[in-house]
Amino acid sequence: MKLKLKALTKSPWVFHLNTGACNNCDIEILNVLTPKFDAERLGVLLVGSIRHADVLLVTGPVTRQAAPRLKRLYEQAPKPCFVVACGTCATSCGIFKDAYNVVGPVDKIVPVNAYIPGCPPKPEALISALVKLLGTVK
Amino acid sequence: MGNRTVIPIGPYHPLQEEPEFFRLWVEGETVVDIDVNIGYNHRGIEKLCELKTYDQIPFVVERVCGICSTSHPLAFVNAVEDLADIEIPERARYIRSIIAELERIHNHLLWVGLAGHFLGYNTVWMWAWRYREPVLDILEKITGNRQNYAMMKVGGVRRDIEDADIPDILRLVDDLVPAVDMFKGAILDDPVLHARLKGIGVLTKEEVHNYGAVGPTARASGVAVDVRRDDPYAAYDLVDWDVVTQEEGDVFAKAVVRVLELYESVKIVKECLERLKKTKGEIDVKVKEIPSGEGIGHAEAPRGEVFHYVRSDGTNRPIRHKIKSPSYTNVPTFKATVIGGTISDATITLAAVDPCYSCTERVAVVDKKTGRRRLNGEDLVRLSQEKTERIKRSMGL
Repeated sequence: MKLKLKALTKSPWVFHLNTGACNNCDIEILNVLTPKFDAERLGVLLVGSIRHADVLLVTGPVTRQAAPRLKRLYEQAPKPCFVVACGTCATSCGIFKDAYNVVGPVDKIVPVNAYIPGCPPKPEALISALVKLLGTVK
Repeated sequence: MGNRTVIPIGPYHPLQEEPEFFRLWVEGETVVDIDVNIGYNHRGIEKLCELKTYDQIPFVVERVCGICSTSHPLAFVNAVEDLADIEIPERARYIRSIIAELERIHNHLLWVGLAGHFLGYNTVWMWAWRYREPVLDILEKITGNRQNYAMMKVGGVRRDIEDADIPDILRLVDDLVPAVDMFKGAILDDPVLHARLKGIGVLTKEEVHNYGAVGPTARASGVAVDVRRDDPYAAYDLVDWDVVTQEEGDVFAKAVVRVLELYESVKIVKECLERLKKTKGEIDVKVKEIPSGEGIGHAEAPRGEVFHYVRSDGTNRPIRHKIKSPSYTNVPTFKATVIGGTISDATITLAAVDPCYSCTERVAVVDKKTGRRRLNGEDLVRLSQEKTERIKRSMGL
């Protein structure tokens, strides 16, 4: 396990999951990969399949239809896998707290390792969260 | 009926944005039918709005879609102002237009980038998003946030644009023009893109009317619908600008409309800023109470018309709030554009209406008769990129 964790910190592969977000967090996540911020130079890579992922990056307040899928994806992820709740919706449901179709926040469904508040979080905040998260792995 | 294969696309795909589930029925390479299954993002916003006051609702509707995050509040305040018969100050009208047009610029640049990625031009993606950053910087300077600007309120706007900031903003907007020139050259003068995109995913004028398509999707087919001109709100009747249309209706025309609209948006922002210097006064009017009755309001989002309906019973909350977003009528046009095309064109045709998602990743192909062949999302993008390569080779590039 220790070796696995150590390897994970070198180049975290991220699977991004939208559970009912408004797109802003998702756009900012993509923004992190584009020239101004360019997190790919730090080894961060968005991957197409949860089975390749080290980090499950969840945005959105978890709608009724998305909740079972979030759970299933977490079960399919190879462990160790970090779960990061990105944005105010994912951390606390925010403005959608009273909505009838929202069952979140994310930590009600799956265990969460890091929270990034903000609506949407700035790309700098996303990078900082990643650095802090990997800093906790020792 | 030949050997039909079902290709499910979605609902989750890593590149971006919303989960949506498509099923493509294909015979060989040709798409013969398509079905769309949505609902993964349904949060119940209309019901939520009935629990909020008129001052809170702009914050809720802002989060209907993050990229159209000015259009929804704008349509909502238009509806309430229609209901309560409120006249807003001229200065607020200019500020509303400036924010809405800046949003259009960053959205269209975003689309150009994604379209480039689907076609195998990743450089275009990176460059387009790089030139999008200064627009977000301007918005952050004015509103304090890169997205979700919280500028609209019933009776005006929440924040003023300081005179001291205007030269800086003008300079950043001026810097955009050479970048837009570059993208215009890259798209309009590229022989590969002409060969790749012309005649793909054609939407005829008649189909636009039948499906009720709006925004750039309709304008690319020669239907000049634009709420900004047809029913002016904010400052669109005070400044000089043109509705961009193209006749062909294919993916190329949609790209051209969006790139040319960038110039119009820059023009509107610059003129509004100049007028703002000369227009002094309040940025909002005090709204004491909302009378009972009903009001409608619409706004031209980057993707088309956003429509809001509000019914009030005289309290501080609406008793009914109805939202109609542009993708709702643009998405069904896939029935007309995707069917008959090949799978490698499906990606860019689906992306061409800018439906708030890229539905290309995480695809599995399962052939019911012959068994287990699987194709994932990357394969679909690869098919699209390979077609571009083939065209390049046949042109001797």
